[in-house]
Amino acid sequence: MKPALPITLLVLVLGAAAPWLISAYELSLLGRFLAFSLVALGIMLTWGEGGILSLGQGVFFGLGGYALAMHLKLEGLDIANGDMPDFMTWSGVSALPTLWRFFVNPWLSLVYVVLVPGLFAAFFGWLVFRRRIGGVYFALITQALALAFATLLVSQQALTGGFNGLTNFSTFAGYDITSQGAARVIYLITFMLVVAAYFALRWLLATRFGTMLRATRDGENRIRFLGHNPLPYKVVAFTIAGSLSGIGGALFTLHAGVISPALVGVVPSIEMVVWVAVGGRGVLWGAIAGTLLVNFAKDEISSALPSLWLYALGALFVLVVSFLPGGIAGMFSNPRLPPRLLRRRQEVVE
Amino acid sequence: MHESAFLIGQVFNGISVASLFVMAALGLALSFGLMRVINMAHGEMLMLGGYLAYLTLLVVPGPLGILVAMPVAFLGAAFLGGILELTVIHRLSTRPLDTLLATWGVSLILQQAARNLFGAIGVQVVAPTWLDHTISFSTGILSGLTLPDTRLFILLVAALILGGVALLINKTRLGLYVRAVNQDRPTAAALGVNARLVDLTVFALGTGVAGLAGVILALLGPVTPTVGQSYIVPAFLVVILGGLGSLVGTTIASLMVGLFTALIEIYVDVSVAQVLLLVFVILFIQIRPQGVIAVRSRALEG
Amino acid sequence: MKMKKLGLTAALLASTALGLAAPAHADGTVKVGVLQSLSGTMAISEVPLENAELLAIDQINAKGGVLGKKIVPVVEDGASDPAIFAQKATKLLQQDKVVTVFGGWTSASRKAMLPVFQRLHGLLWYPVQFEGNECSPNIMYSGAQPNQQALPALEWAEKQGYKKIFLVGSDYVYPRTANLILKKHIAHDGLTLSGEEYVPLGGTDFSSIIAEIQKAKPDIIINTLNGDSNVSFFKQMAAAGMTPDKLPVMSFSIAEPEAKAMGPSLLAGSYTSWNYFQSLPGQTNADFVAAYKAKYGADSVVDDPMVHGYEDVMIWADAAKKAGSFDPKKVRNEAVKLGFVDSPLGQVKFDANQSMVQTGYIGELQPDGQFKVIWSSPAPIKPVPYDPLTFPGKSCGLHSNF
Repeated sequence: MKPALPITLLVLVLGAAAPWLISAYELSLLGRFLAFSLVALGIMLTWGEGGILSLGQGVFFGLGGYALAMHLKLEGLDIANGDMPDFMTWSGVSALPTLWRFFVNPWLSLVYVVLVPGLFAAFFGWLVFRRRIGGVYFALITQALALAFATLLVSQQALTGGFNGLTNFSTFAGYDITSQGAARVIYLITFMLVVAAYFALRWLLATRFGTMLRATRDGENRIRFLGHNPLPYKVVAFTIAGSLSGIGGALFTLHAGVISPALVGVVPSIEMVVWVAVGGRGVLWGAIAGTLLVNFAKDEISSALPSLWLYALGALFVLVVSFLPGGIAGMFSNPRLPPRLLRRRQEVVE
Repeated sequence: MHESAFLIGQVFNGISVASLFVMAALGLALSFGLMRVINMAHGEMLMLGGYLAYLTLLVVPGPLGILVAMPVAFLGAAFLGGILELTVIHRLSTRPLDTLLATWGVSLILQQAARNLFGAIGVQVVAPTWLDHTISFSTGILSGLTLPDTRLFILLVAALILGGVALLINKTRLGLYVRAVNQDRPTAAALGVNARLVDLTVFALGTGVAGLAGVILALLGPVTPTVGQSYIVPAFLVVILGGLGSLVGTTIASLMVGLFTALIEIYVDVSVAQVLLLVFVILFIQIRPQGVIAVRSRALEG
Repeated sequence: MKMKKLGLTAALLASTALGLAAPAHADGTVKVGVLQSLSGTMAISEVPLENAELLAIDQINAKGGVLGKKIVPVVEDGASDPAIFAQKATKLLQQDKVVTVFGGWTSASRKAMLPVFQRLHGLLWYPVQFEGNECSPNIMYSGAQPNQQALPALEWAEKQGYKKIFLVGSDYVYPRTANLILKKHIAHDGLTLSGEEYVPLGGTDFSSIIAEIQKAKPDIIINTLNGDSNVSFFKQMAAAGMTPDKLPVMSFSIAEPEAKAMGPSLLAGSYTSWNYFQSLPGQTNADFVAAYKAKYGADSVVDDPMVHGYEDVMIWADAAKKAGSFDPKKVRNEAVKLGFVDSPLGQVKFDANQSMVQTGYIGELQPDGQFKVIWSSPAPIKPVPYDPLTFPGKSCGLHSNF
């Protein structure tokens, strides 16, 4: 379901004007939640349209975030004269590791933000999907991936900053990124990217690719019997989701001023799925709305009643999934997707 | 210490870790084989077992407390598992991915409940003194090798659980129904097997085993609200490796995970070993995507 | 999305234009931030710390507040997530206009908040021992530097005649850096490093590490494990026949609450190094312990980070009185000039590098769950953020900029 044109326009205008409508703090929240919503759009593509549930999107979020953060840590350092990011000193490193030298150039780093998570998702997806492993198995493997990735980040302290993550950034390509003005610019870039991703996915899902992806979701074997290979559709969808997560991670790093293993592990990855579940897995705008709603609710509830938040999050999972599988967006739309999606038995390994 | 004794010690450690994993994963594998659902709150059944052990030891202190705690934890976790099956799992039985998400929600609620009831910092469960010994070797190539009684006891319990469940599945009428539903649900139902009841029983049995495993884990680890999370991801990997609902597959997969981890930790640190374990699993499913043992093909479903 | 009144934006712009937000309210109150993890993995440690900070605020208010103003704590949840710590620190400074913030536990949370405090010209009081290698003009570090906890422990072990040292830790920043420093000193002092092993945070399987320990036969283990991993470690050591009375263990992250929860029977005879124990003598400490128990229950225990959190609030209040202002920069300048004050920890003061001068103690765990002090540094130890042996040529500049 597509929202009516006047509503779309109103949201676009309000979103673009937000820097002048709300306080600096609220803008920073909105910015980072919009960055999250790029991840949610990716989950919507793979899970809602492709039937592939990944519980490891935090990995791609982290890859994008770290790609940018590694560059930001190098900015302003005199690398030729042996300057290193501060954490390397107390991790016992004596010279800048080779891996880091790839991140000296700011514009190349932006390319990595998209490419590294995308390529990793493509490789991982190809490895797993080509053996026709999907459904519950895929969810569990991606969860193990999230755990392994977070563990690796923490343990390779000399390369990654370890548990502390990377923080304390000041400039990008020479521009100050900490000022109030910069915060507005970063917000607007985020907003534009979310809008662009939304319309790009809307287009993509209306193409033959979208049809094939949904067909794969609803009956992968039938697609095979009809002479099609579902593998490319699944891999491409997972790759796009990976890149979107990476971009989201990079933007989040700019907004929050920090990227750390705590943001990429098992629990954050599964929280990303709940945003989409709440918003509505079948509708693009639902993914964005769900992300904003859950995160603003978390911000409000968690400080006032921290233990209530965990009950609320748990109950949200159970209730939405059990009684409202279409999410919030599902309440507004005629049930286009349910019957097949809901009745379908998951395919597992043959 | 002799180098070969060290190596044999690591093999023992691997088997010991495998015995923990097989107890943690058995219930998951059983209900997954039968109902195609993964219960993400399974780790919290381990946690519940730990807390029930704590409560039992308050009532029955002394050397036999832990033996009393095991049936108590089994029944307690099986009861909670039964409620979970009736309220959440059954409702979502045709949507495995949604079951996964809903049970994750349940696991959050259970963790927070444990935190509010018992405090975040965890409770104290001490191994009984009759497990306070070790078997040490002082001569020959095994010189320097120490086998803790606690770990031997855990191996014994794991073997008894496996044997008991195998008997149940292979020799009893209930087991016959389970195998029937496992092989062909509609036909079994048409022949008068109450598939609903079989689902419920197997699910409760699986969570009960997890509760019992929780008591055992408390001998070697903490009892905290989040303790289940430390075991659950390896247990999932065991399920993936083991294949659908096969006892033998689950056992072999646990041994693979335990031995792989213990032996690789000779060369790399524990964090890297975790990462390599995942790489191993992904490589393994390249060769055998159906897992160690596949009870039946699901190729034409969907 | 959420819309607040336009007035807030206007007020914010105005305050930015004026440089710094007006510190105190006209209604006779002043707001301070208390930012700890009330949920997530760190809540277990940080909630008691928050309690201690709130107790100090209560006590000051009971005596009439500071500069005629009642202190109003604004409590926020960092949720064990560094990004949320940064977010809430921004909120406290920008939206709530607090004059200072007490909080943080993990280095990750402090590192994430540091740029926020520097950009918004705030002052953070950080109460937990850490790996050093940092001095920000916007942070007061009251927890131990490595030379106030790790090195005294090594000095003590050396005096006991322990020569072969085995390092076990959780795989994160503090253990790795503390061990980096310890290894330099072990080599420098002619001792032997008989092993160094790490488990991931929350790790529960120690079978391989215990095999390494059995092979290496060390004289003492220096343990930087965090949280629940300690329970697994000590249980599995005991199962393997290596209880603390047979193979001594010196722990850096086990204090009174952990000992109470893990059960003293498991740990009895093990050692820890801190700058405070609940069992320390002195009327100030007795009063503090009594007040804490009166407010939070007779069976509650207190530990080193809690007392640092408590004392941070006390010293902040003293410094603000001295400065006659809540301006963070003026308060900081007075805080480092206050000189020694009597505290539950004994005589302490903030040094010019904004870290605390304090005594190092070694405690031995008793069957009742309390620690008996068996050694203390001859005098309060000056804080050294950069260990000269490990990080030669590095030091804290004295901060005039803010």
